[in-house]
Amino acid sequence: MTDTAIDIKPQRSQWADVWDQFKTHPGAVLGMIFFVTICLLVLFGPLLWHFSPHDMMIRDRNQGPSWVHPLGTDQLGHDAFAQILAGGRVSLLVGVTAMGISIFLGTFIGVLAGYFKRLDGLLMRLTDLFLALPLLPLLLVIIMLFRDTLRMAFGPETGIFILIVFVIGITSWMQTARIVRGDVLALKEQEFVLAARSIGTPPHRMILRHVLPNVMSPIMVSATLGIANAIITESALSFLGLGFPSDFPTWGKLLQIATERMTLNPAQVMWPGLAISLTVLSVNYMGDGLRDALDPRIRGR
Amino acid sequence: MKMKSILLGAAAALALAPAAWAGRGDSGHLNIIYWQAASIMNPYLSGGTKDIDASSMVLEPLAHYDENGNMVPTLAAEIPTVANGGVSKDLTSITWRLKPGLKWADGSPVTAKDVEFTANYCMDPAGGCQQLAKFADVTKVEAVDDLTVKITFGKPKPFPYGPFVGATTPVIQARQFADCMGTKAPTCTDANFKPVGTGPFKVKEFRANDTITLVANDNYRDPNKPAFATVTFKGGGDATSAARSVLETGEFDYAWNLQIAPEVLAQMEAKGKGTILSGFGPLVERLMVNLTDPNPKWGDERSTVKHPHPFLTDKAVRQALSMAIDRKLLVEVGYGKAGKVTCNVVPAPAIYNSPNNESCKTQDIAGANALLDAAGWKKGPDGVRQKNGVRLSILYQTSTNAVRQDFQELIKSWWKQIGVETELKNIDAAVFFGGDQSSPDTFQKFFADIEMYANNFDGTDPEAYMGSWKCSEIPSPENAWLGSNMPRYCNPEYDKLVAEMAGTADIKKRAELVIRMNDMLMQNYIMIPLVHRGNVAAAANTLTGVKLNVWDSDLWNVGDWARK
Amino acid sequence: MFNFTVRRLLFTIPTLLFISFVIFFILDAAPSDPTGNLPLTIPPDVREKIRASLGLDKPMIMRYLLWCKQFFINEPLNLLDQWGLHLGDPDRLRVISFQTRSPVVDMIAERMPQTLWVVGMSYVVGVMIALPIGIISAVKQYSWFDQLGTFISMIGFSVPTFFTGVLMIVVFSTIVPRDSFFWFPSIYDTTLKVTDWASFGAQVRQMAMPVFVLALYNAAQISRFMRASMLDNLNQDYVRTARAKGLRERTVLLVHVLRNSLIPVITVIALGVPQVFGGAIITEQVFKVNGLGQLLIIAIQGGDIPTVQTLTFIFAVLIVLFNLIADILYGILDPRIRYD
Repeated sequence: MTDTAIDIKPQRSQWADVWDQFKTHPGAVLGMIFFVTICLLVLFGPLLWHFSPHDMMIRDRNQGPSWVHPLGTDQLGHDAFAQILAGGRVSLLVGVTAMGISIFLGTFIGVLAGYFKRLDGLLMRLTDLFLALPLLPLLLVIIMLFRDTLRMAFGPETGIFILIVFVIGITSWMQTARIVRGDVLALKEQEFVLAARSIGTPPHRMILRHVLPNVMSPIMVSATLGIANAIITESALSFLGLGFPSDFPTWGKLLQIATERMTLNPAQVMWPGLAISLTVLSVNYMGDGLRDALDPRIRGR
Repeated sequence: MKMKSILLGAAAALALAPAAWAGRGDSGHLNIIYWQAASIMNPYLSGGTKDIDASSMVLEPLAHYDENGNMVPTLAAEIPTVANGGVSKDLTSITWRLKPGLKWADGSPVTAKDVEFTANYCMDPAGGCQQLAKFADVTKVEAVDDLTVKITFGKPKPFPYGPFVGATTPVIQARQFADCMGTKAPTCTDANFKPVGTGPFKVKEFRANDTITLVANDNYRDPNKPAFATVTFKGGGDATSAARSVLETGEFDYAWNLQIAPEVLAQMEAKGKGTILSGFGPLVERLMVNLTDPNPKWGDERSTVKHPHPFLTDKAVRQALSMAIDRKLLVEVGYGKAGKVTCNVVPAPAIYNSPNNESCKTQDIAGANALLDAAGWKKGPDGVRQKNGVRLSILYQTSTNAVRQDFQELIKSWWKQIGVETELKNIDAAVFFGGDQSSPDTFQKFFADIEMYANNFDGTDPEAYMGSWKCSEIPSPENAWLGSNMPRYCNPEYDKLVAEMAGTADIKKRAELVIRMNDMLMQNYIMIPLVHRGNVAAAANTLTGVKLNVWDSDLWNVGDWARK
Repeated sequence: MFNFTVRRLLFTIPTLLFISFVIFFILDAAPSDPTGNLPLTIPPDVREKIRASLGLDKPMIMRYLLWCKQFFINEPLNLLDQWGLHLGDPDRLRVISFQTRSPVVDMIAERMPQTLWVVGMSYVVGVMIALPIGIISAVKQYSWFDQLGTFISMIGFSVPTFFTGVLMIVVFSTIVPRDSFFWFPSIYDTTLKVTDWASFGAQVRQMAMPVFVLALYNAAQISRFMRASMLDNLNQDYVRTARAKGLRERTVLLVHVLRNSLIPVITVIALGVPQVFGGAIITEQVFKVNGLGQLLIIAIQGGDIPTVQTLTFIFAVLIVLFNLIADILYGILDPRIRYD
């Protein structure tokens, strides 16, 4: 039931099929083009653009768009385009990595709890515990314990990056775990799983071949929402002093600072907001396409 | 209070404007917004400015400061001095006389016993009174007769106006708080939320950390005041939205402590609904220089006097750091009308302001570079100056706050121009200013090279404040980091001046001493002052009688406010 | 199922006790301090005395046990007192906040109405618009409705409420003139009591903006899960069977597909309900609603351990409870799921 496509075209790999299906999804292709463009821009843009994010043209602050500064300048006279490019590097990296950690943890714990009845009680109580922990005090404790150690071991930027990604990852996996577990519980009772089990499929193969592909869609949704969540959370963290040093722009932080001056300089709010939304939107479409492509029932059509 | 009746009341007050403020309650309803909500109405149990201000509408001291910093009697008949015999010749006691005929809001008479009780309430060792410092050296407070109270000090006090002057130490009613002494203080929720006072208003409903509803006090001593019949004191939100609610939407009449970007504030004021008020107390935003080495390699002896700082002990470096700063620009970017350039740590009251340090008002990058060159600090290949293998690399910390982060970035860029490398760090204010022993990030521990915050003193007398930089005030693990000498400055000559001030009563001589101490600190660049910060508030244009007061509560004269 | 429920309920007691201890441990380890927000003019030795008067000089385990006694014994006794049943020592100490020196439970009760009105209403509204949007988007996949729904929900989720809230205020409280029908108050009046139509109207107006902002955020998330799950089920064999049997399309969708698609959605909704009681910190702050979220954040900033501990613990109880409800609902939605 799951591998019909492979039976018809045995010479092709599964991933080539997935890619063929993915290509036919206009939203997904558009999303991917857009996402790749953003990634290339933030990777190479800062090298090409004639302002650095640290340049302060203090006499030209709070300006609207112009030829010199296409996106205007902020309250200290930073070039907004340079800031968005530099901020994108951090935000995207944090967003994707933290989402990756959270999805991995959530899926791992969710599948284990749903599939192995003996682990269910313990793992779900652990999930309850993490859901109940007061986030802010927990963050303060983590800063206190690890900030200086990491800063010394990896330098101020890498150290804090590791800390932030870790913090966001371990505090946002619980919803995914609960959702995956719920789906696995239902899935476990379906005929094909029983059939696979009855022919003696070992648990790890059961999970990888039969269970995981069938819980992909809620995972994809969680992943999309997770990126947005991580980008926004990062900005909240920097206001607690857990984030990057203050001269280190990120999209969330740019948005938060600009919100105060919304009526004065509306352009400065729009750009980071747009950047976050469009990134999340493109990831969402890619996720949609990927989900369709991974679903053999759709792929066959 | 129903929204509709508020609106109707406001509209009626507007229509009847000219004749309307003759008598009590004629101006209708007043809306005040504090973006930090008041949590209690008892300033002895919470020293937060928001709580002191809220309670100042209900509770009153014997005397308060007016908007110029002069003492004026409130419940007292006059200010006791040595000249009028109220202060004893040896400066060890002060005798206050109450105005006759004063009544509490419940109608009972105010007596000297209430004053005596208040002092005992605060000085109870188990009560955790937050204004205890105001009662320093007080040995005895006794009611001589119904209207006379005598406060005795354990040593001569040249400035005996600590207790019962200003909104921080008002008189509370003995009858209401009789069962609230010491460990029982927190059990008196009702008294703490609805204290019986002598002020223009009394509490009708108190919602902690949210809204206080007040009504005019029927027994207020001036029969024509207050002009407002009811007050809503709303808390919560942030400074920008509080300013917006007065200046842009017009929903509120008065907003407090508006530390927001000056250009945003100016744009809001341009809408024409309200006015921005500003006043200057002694609050100075400054950089503290760490004279000891915060390097983690010293373990428990980090930032202690055992290990002097590798380069900040060089006066030339400290001076160069100060010279590189463009203070005018800092004021323009961060504070606008609410800030002034200052080169002193005590810029106010005017008699204490030193005229000797004007040079810092202009930025001098070239001069700073020349000074460092002369002191032997040579630029390395990475543009950072060094000498004998020591690099001028600074860790610069402060609390999280939009203006402070802007300042950090600007100062970092200036220091880069003189070959100093800077790493920025910001810490949540509750952690930075909290004294938690286990946290490495408190401002007392100072595990950084430079830190920035603002400080001031209460009232108008800087004696205790100047004592902050004595040798004995250096925070260290031995005194559990409890100390106010953040730079770890130790100079016996300075300590001598502090001791001299404690025995000097003449105000002119005291001012001279303060200026000498200020200059000693400034000319050694122990602290680098940046901005003399003012208080900023916004008042609706329909309001009259508002006078911003930096020496006392913002609401010190709320009884005189009225609707135009 | 009944056995399962009873067993799980019994098991929640040690779980919650353990959670409460972990919470207390974290709060105690956190470096914030009740004197941290006081003016710097209050000298260090006075601060030490304040800390001592709050009981902070005692060891952590003693303070935890004291809280347990106050919360699990004294508070219920106090509740009985109010119902006219007097037991034990009348002078017993309730859980007292460091900041306000008043009983924490009373403060929570005082704030419940505005939180339920605003955050609860926004959740109900959010769920009610999310479910139909999710269902229609899935059934009509890639139609203009689906594309629009996707776009709006992604904007709704990726643009944080601190931005949308301020934007609403700028538009509807400052740009729109005060006497217009479309003017909405930017500050929530918690003392407003609904007694007649006029005050009801005022209540609706002051709720409109915060509810809208929060509902957008909630709906965005739930509708995505609804849509994804519906899509998963639409291609299943049983749907084909049901259609082949000649069932009406409406019945196929709303009975067979919907029921089987609800498991992830129920999870998300059940996880969201405790958060309603946790309040919405940012939205409450923007509109000055001063509900439970604002109480929590002020208490955290002020190092007010009893308040944070009590609020967080109540929050934990709700989480455990609603996760149990979700588990029971799984069994009802899909009878094949067995726990025993």
